[in-house]
Amino acid sequence: MNQWPFVIAAYALAGGATLALTLVSFVRMRKAERAAEGLKRR
Amino acid sequence: MIEPLPVREGLGWVLGRDTVARQYEARVTRASTHPQPPPFQGGGSNDKPGFPPRALHRRAARHMHIFANPARFLQIARPLTGWCGWIGAVLVVVGLGAGLFLTPPDYLQGETVRILYLHVPAAWLGMAGWSGIAVASLMELVWRHPLAGVAARAVALPGAVFTGICLATGSIWGRPTWGTWWEWDGRLTSMLVLLFVYIAYIALAEAEADRGGQGRIAAIFGIVGVVNLPIIHFSVLWWRTLHQGESIGVTGSTIAGSILWPLPVALLGFTLLFVAIVLMRMRAMLARQKVEARLRRMGAGA
Repeated sequence: MNQWPFVIAAYALAGGATLALTLVSFVRMRKAERAAEGLKRR
Repeated sequence: MIEPLPVREGLGWVLGRDTVARQYEARVTRASTHPQPPPFQGGGSNDKPGFPPRALHRRAARHMHIFANPARFLQIARPLTGWCGWIGAVLVVVGLGAGLFLTPPDYLQGETVRILYLHVPAAWLGMAGWSGIAVASLMELVWRHPLAGVAARAVALPGAVFTGICLATGSIWGRPTWGTWWEWDGRLTSMLVLLFVYIAYIALAEAEADRGGQGRIAAIFGIVGVVNLPIIHFSVLWWRTLHQGESIGVTGSTIAGSILWPLPVALLGFTLLFVAIVLMRMRAMLARQKVEARLRRMGAGA
């Protein structure tokens, strides 16, 4: 049995999920902090 | 003498200066109409034997509340987010790269042993995440630490995601080594329970926030849920099934050094990345609270 497809699948899944979580957290933080800054200037 | 409210004062930019000023005025008025006893200094007859003096407890709470000020927290969190995020990302790439290309295959498991560098950090973060929720929940309930509830809610989603990664990578690892995707053994089942507990906590915290609750029910759930952690840890000793026993202990490791060395690098990298994600989520939550408070004040002023 070729074991590499299992290794690649595990790395793709974990890497993708970690990257998605990091990006979503970053975008939400930037969006929320910009909204707070924008409201402060008004 | 009326001391200003140290914690609330720091929340001025969240609650609004008017709200803080009103609270302070109300306190001053209450004190002038109702004489107050002198502040308790501890060490007196009220201290229970076997417990730390109340003065000590108060001092600990005061030190903890220094970091309860969101403005002070953000001063620390802003640079820390970048440092943890970038160093964590570099270490993850180095650890996983080394695990994929530099280590030899295992004599028994072959190439699939490389899943170790993802599976172990994910399991660690799933469990550490819930430990963090439990500690933050305790701080929220006992000391009413204003940032503790925010921290607990910020940890929940990344904790659930890493628990899911642990289960998924474990399942992928299990197929070529055990011959099955899933087995209802103690370790796998208790880890699946942890994922469900995370999901329940997220739902409960959201529902409580929607109803204007103070997060106490979610905090109690956060403390109660910690009972699952020793079950996960000792499951491989209590029930011997397909999942292997403890490979890395206090006294050493049963894994060969040539395979083991990238694991601490990946573990540290994922941990720093996790901290960065939690900090980003906390900053987003505090900014949203700030916007809501400002909009409420603007609505009340219109």
